[in-house]
Amino acid sequence: MKLTIERAALLKSLGHVHSVVERRNTIPILSNVLLDARDGRLGLTATDMDLTIVEEVAAEVGEPGATTAPAHTLYDIVRKLPDGAQIELAVQGDGGQMKLTAGRSTFQLATLPKEDFPAANDGELPQGFTMHSEELRHLIDRTRFAISTEETRYYLNGIYLHATKGNESQVLRGVATDGHRLARFEMSLPDGAAGIPGVIIPRKTVNELRKLIDETEGAIEIGLSDTKVRFKFDSTLLTSKLIDGTFPDYERVIPSGNDKTMNVDCKVFAKAVDRVSTISTEKSRAVKLSLEDGTLTLSATSPENGSASEELEVNYGGERIEIGFNSRYLLDIAERIDGGEAEFSLSDSASPTIVRDVSDSSALYVLMPMRV
Amino acid sequence: MTEATPALCRDCLTLFEDTPAERCPECASPRLFAHGELPTLSLAHLDCDAFFASIEKRDNPELADKPVIVGGGRRGVVAACCYVARIYGVRSAMPMFKALERCPDAVVIRPDMDRYRAAGRRVRELMQDITPLVEPLSIDEAFLDLSGIETLHGGRPARSLARLVLDIERELGVTASIGLSYNKFLAKIASDLDKPRGFAAIGRAEALDFLAEKPVGIISGVGKAMQASLSRDGITRISHLRRYEEIDLIARYGAMGRRLYSFARGVDKRQVEPNAPTKSISAETTFDTDVADADELLSRLWPLCETVAARLKKSGLAGHGVTLKLKTRDFQTLTRSQRLQDPTRLADRLYRAAEPLLRKAADGRRFRLIGIGAHDLVDAALADPPSLLDPDIGRHAKVEAAMDRVRGKLGADAIVKGRGFKT
Repeated sequence: MKLTIERAALLKSLGHVHSVVERRNTIPILSNVLLDARDGRLGLTATDMDLTIVEEVAAEVGEPGATTAPAHTLYDIVRKLPDGAQIELAVQGDGGQMKLTAGRSTFQLATLPKEDFPAANDGELPQGFTMHSEELRHLIDRTRFAISTEETRYYLNGIYLHATKGNESQVLRGVATDGHRLARFEMSLPDGAAGIPGVIIPRKTVNELRKLIDETEGAIEIGLSDTKVRFKFDSTLLTSKLIDGTFPDYERVIPSGNDKTMNVDCKVFAKAVDRVSTISTEKSRAVKLSLEDGTLTLSATSPENGSASEELEVNYGGERIEIGFNSRYLLDIAERIDGGEAEFSLSDSASPTIVRDVSDSSALYVLMPMRV
Repeated sequence: MTEATPALCRDCLTLFEDTPAERCPECASPRLFAHGELPTLSLAHLDCDAFFASIEKRDNPELADKPVIVGGGRRGVVAACCYVARIYGVRSAMPMFKALERCPDAVVIRPDMDRYRAAGRRVRELMQDITPLVEPLSIDEAFLDLSGIETLHGGRPARSLARLVLDIERELGVTASIGLSYNKFLAKIASDLDKPRGFAAIGRAEALDFLAEKPVGIISGVGKAMQASLSRDGITRISHLRRYEEIDLIARYGAMGRRLYSFARGVDKRQVEPNAPTKSISAETTFDTDVADADELLSRLWPLCETVAARLKKSGLAGHGVTLKLKTRDFQTLTRSQRLQDPTRLADRLYRAAEPLLRKAADGRRFRLIGIGAHDLVDAALADPPSLLDPDIGRHAKVEAAMDRVRGKLGADAIVKGRGFKT
């Protein structure tokens, strides 16, 4: 194998693939990236066995061939090379090492045989539809924060993507929850997505996907089966196993009878919550919301720090209510409300509260109160 | 003319300005404690001698001259061994089979923790009678700070301690050893110097010389791994540590470096803390025969979860972290930890967190011990908050609380969950 490639192009591709590679691996080959040069292109493949990324980039191929090299090391080298450098990758002889040359720098990298690299499964997936990158970005940004990190409940460690009937028409929904809060995003069902199975996309896949979306404009092809999902970009293919579990019946969690409604300027609200929560203890982060006739009083107390309160003008006409929330969760949600106004639907101090963006009906958030 | 060395008779508690020739002129006891700094040393470590074994001997006088080992069957480890057994080379924490190789005639007794705890509580009360500054280290040992109470007892700290030990002997029939010094580190070392029924002091005048040739392993917190890395750097004795600046030791050994630096110079600024916060709560058990099967391991784990949960509830705490501990048949210890989304005090939560850890760890190896602990302890008010997905969490808590009440009245076996039920 022998090829020449411009540093920026290689860095961009390695940037995509290297983060799939786990820092610590018990299986050595999984620390490597598969490099495959042919027909004027360099293919790069990395996998952690659950998530596989394949990237293609134009290169001047002198001699076709393939090998595998340590992904993080290769990335770090290319990152440190000067802008505009021409990089030559070459494997000679028995293929035990790959030589990287750029200007007056030379590196010899230990390789592992390409045959040992887990075979990429390029089988076709039975279901497929297309989403605009903008839509997929919204879906992720509105829900990702609520993904649970508790491994015990592995079926919550991802975004639940499924087709269902919305209020009026068929919709595509993404849902995530950790038991404290739930985020639901919906959009009109894309063509071809009518019969898709409900799938749970793992957090790591979501994070890698989100990074790729930032560099893409236009459509993303999504392929699905019961066990796999694939996202196809112009020159990148991200294939992931799905979480094998049952996402809880989240509809049950979304209350329908919350009769008290508060409307508040979201930016003002977030700033006040942030200020008052300075006092809350590190462990609980609790703030109390007291609502009465057009006034919201935010308050916090902690035995060590003291107390804080702040009054806000809000649109509220219901009966007096006091309810406590984790301030971090309130801020997480406030951050996702792009329109100026948030609407809170409350029932009582022990029941879940719904938060919506008044100017955007695609997302809905449910928040469990805390004892305060 | 040499200076007078003050002394104390440990039997009749008479204080002498200068040390009498051999025996106490008052009561003829040979147990005289003489030390130049006797009037000023006020930090003590009290450690009961072979505590569990002593209680067994007290309650069964026939055992008095027999080697007694308290521990869990052939499979367990030695929890305590009397001084007769120690003559044969038995040591505490030794695997039982090894102990029995050395001392085949030993009387092995299963531990009766309730009885030991009751005695331990009484020892603690007696200690608290002489000073409020008692920091228990375990059921049968504690640090005592007696500074400033001289006038209270109309005597020297050493005298109060000697009386305390006599009281413990008289009332509980177990002996204890005292280490007296000017800080915790040295007091703890001193209590080991004259065991059993000992009374030893390390004063400011001799501390540096005393420490110089001691191995670094006597510093608490310096275990096998630390000793190995110190040894690679040519440090095996305390005096070697004194060659280095504090900054160098910290750079090389992290936070431990600070301790190495000051302890090597006989300096330990730690206070005696009567209410030292609990760092973790755990329970473990050693099997009669090694277990490899995951389901079998899980069934052994459940009652331990219940024990830990009960202790959490009793102390008003909740654990944010759960640690599973397993020991292989060749005594390798494995620990696997999991941070919970929310702190818990429920047995069910502990179990559900530990189950996947156990299933992953149970790879066919045979284990001799299993344990579970809750750490990152927080106030119980933060435990098990209401959850969107687990509306029953409140009910779980109530069920466990009800079970606890039944057990409080009728004993631990009065009610068990299906998971803990053995047919």
